[in-house]
Amino acid sequence: MSPGKSGQYLTFGPENASFKAKIEELSGENIDLCMQCGGCSSGCPLTEEMEFLPSTVIRYVQLGMEEALDSNTPWVCITCFNCEVRCPRGIDVANVMEALRQVALRAKYDRFSLDELTSEELMELPQIAIISNQRKLTG
Amino acid sequence: MRLPYYPGCTLKTDAQNFETSTLEAAKTLDIELVELPRWNCCGTVHALAKDDVIHYLAPIRNLIRVDEMIANGEIEDGKLVTQCVMCWNTIKRANTAALEDPDKMEKIRGIMEKEPEYSGKVEVLHFLELLKEKGWETITGAVKLPLEGLKVAPYYGCLLLRPREFALDDPDNPRIIEDLLEALGAEVVDLAYKSKCCGAYHAVHMKEVSAELSHKILSQANEMGADMVVTACPLCEFNLGKRQHEIKKLHPEFSSIPVVYYTQLMALAFGLNEEATAFEENTPDPRPLLAEKGLIMER
Amino acid sequence: MIMENNESNMVTIHVMGKSHEVPGDLTIMKAMEYAGHQFRRGSGCRGGYCGACATIYRTKGSYKLLGALACQKMVEDDMYIAQIPFSPAEKKSYDINDLRADANAFMVHYPEISRCLSCNTCTKACPQDIMVMDYVQAALRGDVSEAAKLSFDCISCGLCAIRCPAEIVPYNIAQLARRLYSKYVDGPAEHVLEKLKEVEEGKFDAEIAELQSLDREALKERYETREKRL
Repeated sequence: MSPGKSGQYLTFGPENASFKAKIEELSGENIDLCMQCGGCSSGCPLTEEMEFLPSTVIRYVQLGMEEALDSNTPWVCITCFNCEVRCPRGIDVANVMEALRQVALRAKYDRFSLDELTSEELMELPQIAIISNQRKLTG
Repeated sequence: MRLPYYPGCTLKTDAQNFETSTLEAAKTLDIELVELPRWNCCGTVHALAKDDVIHYLAPIRNLIRVDEMIANGEIEDGKLVTQCVMCWNTIKRANTAALEDPDKMEKIRGIMEKEPEYSGKVEVLHFLELLKEKGWETITGAVKLPLEGLKVAPYYGCLLLRPREFALDDPDNPRIIEDLLEALGAEVVDLAYKSKCCGAYHAVHMKEVSAELSHKILSQANEMGADMVVTACPLCEFNLGKRQHEIKKLHPEFSSIPVVYYTQLMALAFGLNEEATAFEENTPDPRPLLAEKGLIMER
Repeated sequence: MIMENNESNMVTIHVMGKSHEVPGDLTIMKAMEYAGHQFRRGSGCRGGYCGACATIYRTKGSYKLLGALACQKMVEDDMYIAQIPFSPAEKKSYDINDLRADANAFMVHYPEISRCLSCNTCTKACPQDIMVMDYVQAALRGDVSEAAKLSFDCISCGLCAIRCPAEIVPYNIAQLARRLYSKYVDGPAEHVLEKLKEVEEGKFDAEIAELQSLDREALKERYETREKRL
């Protein structure tokens, strides 16, 4: 394959297949069902904050590209399941985002530490906020 | 009717008004909610990773406590009533997922060791489901002070309606809170954003993001002429209500609007006292508006 | 003296990988001393009260990692032993008068309790048979009384903190719970206040003055015969 106009081209190796398989195993979702309609992205309330759209992340996973982990998208995703009710192919995109977070968290990467919160913030925040933050953003 | 009840952490702390109004409103309807003994935090979010086991321990332990209550003859029915939406979703989903996966259940049992085996027979209910079961005419029958002239915008948030498999009502066109409010005599204001996310736990480390999302929802409620917003989730209440000062920082023109729990309006309509309605714990304070509407006494 | 070499009752223990033959009727601590170890750290009251001699061990044929106080637990044959004389933990400083007996007191100083998984590993590790997870959970929901009562027997040995996968230091939470309980729930101990008043009023001045006038020998004599005089 020769590089296109952008000067870049995709190469595929066994490592791509294993990354995709890992995400499918952790999420329980069949990524190949996605036809890139973008419904998940249009329903997502947080795309303004995301570096990649949710549908873009799904495409990266389809291609087995670990670059899916490079954007802030899985961390901005708040698991509101708007994508889940909208997907015409029955993929729970929120599960895929969780799988991506888990790959990072299990490699001893934490997205947030409680040490960053001030006493005032800890006093103001209800347990429900702090507990869910910790469950989602730390391993 | 005597049922075991799981309050969750936040109903014991920042959302005591939610618990008080729930228990008192339930009493009016002859529902006795008995707090689960030795309950533990549910974990607030369901463990989505398929191989996860450790995060199931918390919800499953609570279900074992229900089994124990039945064994001790404290209750007859294996129905666990929850109120906090995140607790409801987490315990309900763990219950389903663990029972569907015998291998996972076996691992959970292995880690728990001394806990008795979970019967798998507990049904996890949200208080709203219980109300629907009772029938809206029963609710109307208990009303002493119809909430006439009060324009209320129901806010469902995420987890009451999603994911689809665990939805309390039709995710595309929910009616349950609307039906309840109408049974109480209130006027329903329908928000397009009623199931858009409030920002949830982003309140911890991305509070501007939560404030922006909450701003959209509340601005719409204001534009639609709602007097107040009702919710069933303590995290929604925090973002939409208590954190309105963060919205004002970003949008100085934003005019604040009270956010209350649906059970507080039940307690009000049932003619219960101030301790039951517990409006003094809400921020912004809904009492001036309720007084203006003639629903509570002027102070 | 227990250190009697009774051949039939000898057991083998493995301390940090090194094997020793020791009498089977000794505690871990005494057995280690019998084997030649000298305790500079990790030993205190020797009576199960101070929590200094936290120890982890496994027994042959079992995957279980168990915890004990070295001064209380008897050795068993083929016990693999390691001492955990200290658990690194940040101890927050606070003025108890500034706190309230609610969940915020715990969340502000030890917010990591929000990470509790309810796995119960702490309870399993506790040599005092305390329901550790239950008191951590009680603290999380602001039930100070329950947390204080459940943790009453805690001696801060640190085994729970070493085992917790959520990196919580339960004994610090227990201590805060008991402090809040005695300050705000139980209230001041009336008999102590009364005694304090008597002290302030000078009821014991004469006795103290007399003691202060005694020389070393006379004081020693008083001390040694204190029980006879009571």
